[in-house]
Amino acid sequence: MSAPFGWIRAEPHGIHVVPADAWIDPARPVERALVTHGHADHARGGHGRTIATPATLAIMKLRYWTEAGASPVEYGETIRLPGGVAATFLPAGHVLGSAQILLEHAGERVIVTGDYKRRPDPTCPPFVVTPCDVFVTEATFGLPVFRHPPIAGEIAKLLKARADNPERCVLVGAYAVGKAQRVIAELRAAGYAEPIHLHGALERMCRLYEEFGVALGELRLVAGQPKAALAGQIVLCPPSALNDRWSRRLPDPITAMASGWMRVRQRARQRMVELPLVISDHADWDELTRTIAEVNPAESWITHGREDALLRWCQLHQRKARALALVGYEDEDD
Amino acid sequence: MERFAALVDSLVYTRSRNGKLKLIADYLRATPDPDRGWALAALTDGLDFPAVKASTIRNLMIERVDPVLYALSRDFVGDTAETASLLWPEPLGERTSSPSVAQAVTELHGMTRATAPAELAALLDRLDANGRYALLKLATGAMRIGISARLAKVAFAQAFDVSVDDVEEYWHGQFPPYGELFAWAAEGAPAPDASHVPLFRPFMLANPLEGPALAAVAADFAAFAAEWKWDGIRVQLVHVGGETRVYSRSGDDISATFPEIAAALTVPAVLDGELLVRGSHQGGEAGGAASFNALQQRLGRKAVSKRLLADFPAFVRLYDLLIRDDDDLRALSWEQRRAELEAFVPRLDPERFDLSSVIEAGSLDELATIRERARDEAIEGVMLKRRDAPYVAGRKTGRWFKWKRDPLLVDCVLMYAQRGSGKRSSFYSDFTFGCWDGDPDEGAELLPVGKAYFGFTDEELKWLDHHVRNHTVHRFGPVRETDKSLVLEVAFDSVHASKRHKSGVAMRFPRISRIRADKPAHEADRLATLKAMIRD
Repeated sequence: MSAPFGWIRAEPHGIHVVPADAWIDPARPVERALVTHGHADHARGGHGRTIATPATLAIMKLRYWTEAGASPVEYGETIRLPGGVAATFLPAGHVLGSAQILLEHAGERVIVTGDYKRRPDPTCPPFVVTPCDVFVTEATFGLPVFRHPPIAGEIAKLLKARADNPERCVLVGAYAVGKAQRVIAELRAAGYAEPIHLHGALERMCRLYEEFGVALGELRLVAGQPKAALAGQIVLCPPSALNDRWSRRLPDPITAMASGWMRVRQRARQRMVELPLVISDHADWDELTRTIAEVNPAESWITHGREDALLRWCQLHQRKARALALVGYEDEDD
Repeated sequence: MERFAALVDSLVYTRSRNGKLKLIADYLRATPDPDRGWALAALTDGLDFPAVKASTIRNLMIERVDPVLYALSRDFVGDTAETASLLWPEPLGERTSSPSVAQAVTELHGMTRATAPAELAALLDRLDANGRYALLKLATGAMRIGISARLAKVAFAQAFDVSVDDVEEYWHGQFPPYGELFAWAAEGAPAPDASHVPLFRPFMLANPLEGPALAAVAADFAAFAAEWKWDGIRVQLVHVGGETRVYSRSGDDISATFPEIAAALTVPAVLDGELLVRGSHQGGEAGGAASFNALQQRLGRKAVSKRLLADFPAFVRLYDLLIRDDDDLRALSWEQRRAELEAFVPRLDPERFDLSSVIEAGSLDELATIRERARDEAIEGVMLKRRDAPYVAGRKTGRWFKWKRDPLLVDCVLMYAQRGSGKRSSFYSDFTFGCWDGDPDEGAELLPVGKAYFGFTDEELKWLDHHVRNHTVHRFGPVRETDKSLVLEVAFDSVHASKRHKSGVAMRFPRISRIRADKPAHEADRLATLKAMIRD
């Protein structure tokens, strides 16, 4: 453990905090897991003990029935792990409950961001810039072509499509945890007061958000409603249901998708999307580079995403960086 | 430009043909001249600005963005114009007013190689990301958004409630921004005069001879004439009013690419034939044709050097005569037209034109034998044409059949894969494969023998993409090296000796014919097997 940061290792299946024998977002069951947020690629079930924020644990319980061994930690709270390691959960601004994890050991500070963004989000507290020695950052949208536009403009596109097509409905594909609730909350913030209609798979997660204090207004399930009742309405579903048989019950839906990938036309075309909405819960290129500059760590470690470009940026700006080859993180739907 | 950019964007995301027609028709009705004419030309690839190339855009970008970051972005996005539109730095302060399509076109026309970088940059600064995308697509003449010339013509006809046949007829001989065409359709002005214009006539096309058609043709063999299917490019030659045009299969005017052909036809006529390059191979009545490889040297060029003209002289092997002097022969039977053609050919320059010979065969079986024996470089297979059939546009059933030779097959091992472009930008869809240079059990190595990016279904592509991602051993930018465990059956038309390739062979028209996940890699074919198939 004498080499700098030798106590924290990137293994193919997660980040191993060696002296505490704890894993961050492990892709397979372990004895002690620290989980940054409730998305399926980061939060897996079956661990002996799962340490996460209360909201993340609630999401995990709802989705994966992993209640056993749950250890809640509030934002800002520091917990002691074995081997002289302290862990602090800090807001990451990604989705409800999402946290960066600050690890301290032998005078060294390492932050693992999980996923994060820097833009305001009515469904979760904003990312907190915290000084550290090693900053382990995601890079899902780590290419300079990814510049997410302001969300207000995307919400306006959605509302215009609805207004222009009173005989159709707008069907928005949105990731079930975070994206769907954020789109709803932003629609409300834009003054849209009509009921918003949901695919059944989104219902319980929306209720959970409301229990955590995120107001979403009137929500109705699509199931059981006649086709005609949905004309001129906004309907949300998981991305997988967009071009599925399920959508046949809707009145000639305009297929929309809320995702950072929609920035690239061919990606939108591949998903058969007619109305691409560039809305992402991940940091775009400018946010990633700005965050590294603000956190100003001695080293940046880059995880899942387009590591090559961010690595190159660090090189050009004389910042020490390396890419970690982690498997199992995919965010095709964000 | 905003309206045009919005149209381009909507067209990208609209899948249905009717949806696209409506978008274009609405645009044409709502937009004034000359913007709509230029837009129409841009949509149908009718614009060319020699000063602006993909490399111009690339150079503009790498002055502004780190070249490595640019290259990574371009690989991911899969399209230069889109990458540049997204990466272009937003100008500081207020953007000056966006140019109209006509203004943009005028400026683009005025650019030279020297002035293009600065002038194009100034135009880009006046546009937002969507506008930049539309402008760069328009400037490089490659919209590729699924709008065929035909679709645009149908939309034009719908917009102004005129007949699409009339639009087809008047379109040729008109130039962007199509002022007369709009005046006629939108304002009821007299139709443009097309009588002395070298018009393109739609080709008669063949169906593959397979399935039930095989038995039907065999049973009624005497009703068909057989000809060689030459491996060049199908062309139509039109000479009227002292002007000659060479049209490709799609109706594109390629006269400038083959000036010697255009100059050699001086008799009023419309002819159908195969464009080939002279070479040492057999075939035809007057001299031979080279393999398609040689013809490729001549394709896609806007200007031709004397050297190319001398090294790869082109000629046309004639199949059919549609119009002779002022007589339209298309309603006559093939047999009558053939007689007319045979009588007509002596009026032509023998250096540039010859007659495609008719194959004498008593039965389909006999023809099959002749077809297989002719593994000639300039022959793709045979054609069967009903002797009593008139020349009609399109692919009518039961009239013309193409009967290609069976492809050659070889089992190769997947070695490298590269991401595709455009719709395939998220897939590893370009595959490099190799054969063993000896006995794999005795330490032989794989040598790359070819590259293929089609032949598989969408499902198979997904499977291959997944295989590549899970069997990657090295990454070189957009290319992945695989663990060389997968056998692919590769079909190809012919194979040639090549000094440019380490393996010493080059395949023609290779495609993935089957995925042989069942076959161990060491059982794949050896290079010697492939070399034995060379018939140069």
